Amino acid sequence: MPVVGGVLSSVAGVHASSASQNCLARNDWICPAYVTSRSSQLVDALGEHLYLTVVSLLLGIVVSIPLAVLAHRFRKARALTVGVTTTLYTVPSIALFFLIIPFLGLTAASVILGLALYSLTILVRNLLVGLDGVDPEVVDAATGMGYSNLKMLWSVELPLALPSAIGGLRVAAVSTVALTTVGAVIGFGGFGNLLVTGVASNFHAQVLTASVICVVLAFAFDLLLLALQRALTPWRRTA
Amino acid sequence: MNIPAEVVAWFADGSHWSGAAGIPALLGEHLALTAASLGIACAIALPVALWLGHTGRGGVLAVQIGNIGRAVPTLALLSILLFLPPPFGRTTLSALIAFTLFAIPVLLTNTYVGMREVDPAAVDAAKGMGMSGPEVLHKVELPLVTPALMNAVRQGAVQVVATVSIAAIFAFGGLGRIITRATGASGGFDVPQIIAGALVIAVLAIAVDLSFAALGRVVDPVARARSRASRAARSSPSRTGAPEPAPVS
Repeated sequence: MPVVGGVLSSVAGVHASSASQNCLARNDWICPAYVTSRSSQLVDALGEHLYLTVVSLLLGIVVSIPLAVLAHRFRKARALTVGVTTTLYTVPSIALFFLIIPFLGLTAASVILGLALYSLTILVRNLLVGLDGVDPEVVDAATGMGYSNLKMLWSVELPLALPSAIGGLRVAAVSTVALTTVGAVIGFGGFGNLLVTGVASNFHAQVLTASVICVVLAFAFDLLLLALQRALTPWRRTA
Repeated sequence: MNIPAEVVAWFADGSHWSGAAGIPALLGEHLALTAASLGIACAIALPVALWLGHTGRGGVLAVQIGNIGRAVPTLALLSILLFLPPPFGRTTLSALIAFTLFAIPVLLTNTYVGMREVDPAAVDAAKGMGMSGPEVLHKVELPLVTPALMNAVRQGAVQVVATVSIAAIFAFGGLGRIITRATGASGGFDVPQIIAGALVIAVLAIAVDLSFAALGRVVDPVARARSRASRAARSSPSRTGAPEPAPVS
């Protein structure tokens, strides 16, 4: 704390004329000078946070579709899939990340795999609810029209399950943005890294700025996916 | 490096099972923090959720609180609490506040949703029988919402166990300390100890989850009434004879 205080006051000393720099020296919570002087750090953290979140969500989506389809078709696959993903979801993130390390090492991949496993639980559950909710008469009608299994899945069942699936994706995205910060324990946590170093160096502005950006980012993902949901399911829009 | 063997050796080392930094002490701390904050969170969230569900109002609020709870990173809230003046800072109070705040959304949203899924026909019937609002809540809605409520408490418990584990990153107590003590101040990573700590936390979380699942089955009044009824049916003399005639009402 004294070291950082010293560094900050010397920074403030160089720019003594600039009143806005004083907030760094005073260790204010809200400090525009922090944002301007560390913008490259913030942009790096944003890039890492987005990369970890988006890649793990995409991985979760890609894996969840076949799992949910199998669970929907076969009773045994359902018990296994739901059981395994629910158990995984129970394991706290800090433990899960470290349990992956022996396999993937101290890399971003360990964080991505951990986050993907968490999103998998939410994604599979919601896609399954969506598939289970498809009206059997619609399926019968499509069968009568000669739809093959695959065509049925692609052009009837998955589109009808889409609202529930994207609902799940919204929950998964919001959780993943927040959980990504825990990746800081192995050095890949986006804004989580700034939270941890901010606490270690008693830097109020860094902690508050990183916290606020995380929450805003989570809601931005939520709104973006809400817009996607509306765009992809025009038949659900009421006049 | 043979990690599994080293992890087993770590667990076999008696020094890891005694003292203030031993597994039993940290487990006790972890469970005490979890129980206290889950209790406070239940005392706050469950009455509110039941009331909102009973009146059918505040649905948007209940869902939004759940959404906010998911969006705020645990580390963010903890690091802000750390910097606040006493009685906050690195204190048990800060820890309890953070853990409670992260349990409330889970409890509130899930219990509220459960209340909205109580069969409206049952509520209508109770009203038709002349029950007052509080009677409907106590005698009809509460028994029917118990499975959803217990599921909410179960998820809240798992959430708190995870939050307590993460809080060790900022040197709050609990089992996460096994991991955080092995990552760092002196540089290197003590991988066997990290894996051992992660295993202990994972096992605790799963054990808590299963315990609350079992508790939920035990306290479900509808399931209990059903099993009582089936026991009564089995022990009744009519079981060897013809089916009982339909009761005249």
